Amino acid sequence: MDNILESKKVCKSYLNKKALRGVDLNITPGKIVGLLGPNGSGKTTFLKIAAGILHPSKGEILIDGHIPGVYTKSVVSYLPDNEYLLKWMKVRDAVMYFKDFYADFDEKKANELLIFMDLDENSTVKSLSKGMKEKLKLTLVLSRTAKLYILDEPLGGVDPTAREKILNAIVNNFSKDSSMIITTHLVNDIERIFDDVAFISDGEIVLHGNAEELRRDKKKSIDELYREVFK
Amino acid sequence: MMYFQKGDEIMDTEFNDKMPIYLQIMDIIKTDIVTGKLKLKDKLPSVREMASNLKVNPNTLQRSYQELERLGIVFTQRGTGTFVGEGKDMVDDLKKEMAKEVIDSFILRMKSLGFNASEIIKAVSKETMEVKQNG
Repeated sequence: MDNILESKKVCKSYLNKKALRGVDLNITPGKIVGLLGPNGSGKTTFLKIAAGILHPSKGEILIDGHIPGVYTKSVVSYLPDNEYLLKWMKVRDAVMYFKDFYADFDEKKANELLIFMDLDENSTVKSLSKGMKEKLKLTLVLSRTAKLYILDEPLGGVDPTAREKILNAIVNNFSKDSSMIITTHLVNDIERIFDDVAFISDGEIVLHGNAEELRRDKKKSIDELYREVFK
Repeated sequence: MMYFQKGDEIMDTEFNDKMPIYLQIMDIIKTDIVTGKLKLKDKLPSVREMASNLKVNPNTLQRSYQELERLGIVFTQRGTGTFVGEGKDMVDDLKKEMAKEVIDSFILRMKSLGFNASEIIKAVSKETMEVKQNG
């Protein structure tokens, strides 16, 4: 099976700091991969390279066989971990903005997701709580019919009820034809939805495998393994 | 029959994340077959339905169903879904097999506590007598 994401010895340096030191990672279609690591381990840098926002200093990353660029941006749906919604926008405006921007945006799906997430399309972005903003961002990203979904900390700073909604939305909207890469340090809440996990430490993948096989072989949960690797 | 509805126990299943989740899901289904909650030829929920109810990866569910099928406990009919297998023997065999698993792990633990075979039997028969008396 062709890899949807193929990363070969990807390095990234910022001036004198090495953020990535040769990351090798492959993702096949129909898989949800957890990229797990503490703050500053290189997760976000890696995702930005996959999303085509940063260029690697060395090595190569291919998305659906292509170097990140115009084509890959059309098949990658990226949830960044920073704010990109404009404050004056209403929820409805944000949906329209995405609809104009992405040819694969499914407005019907967006409307269903807004209802599922209890979001009112007339609210302004400014008035939304942190959890509601995350739910809106995820709604927009999941409403695209992409080949690869890149979710950077979709659970960051969100209360447990909103977290559950977000997890449900991810599971319900996952399709066999696409793949997802999700970063988090809240491993416990989300480990059941991963096919594979990759632990990243100081810019390197230190452990990579199928989540169920790791549980069986180590007799530990992914959360426990995480705590062991990053203690 | 509606298998697992809102408020039903399977919806509140707490998984033990130290064990492969597909095995735990297989156990839930096997138990429900043995106890009669799932009857022969009952249709199982679709992979997607079950995955979203249990909040697990659909591929995990797929693996549980495939393994159950490999063991002859369920069968898949193209286009219509997955069903509990046929034949009374299947349920009886399953019941025996699950009982054996429970007994094996029990004996192992008792041995690690220092009980020998006859002491284990004595302890068990004493307890089962007490359970009988107390209803």
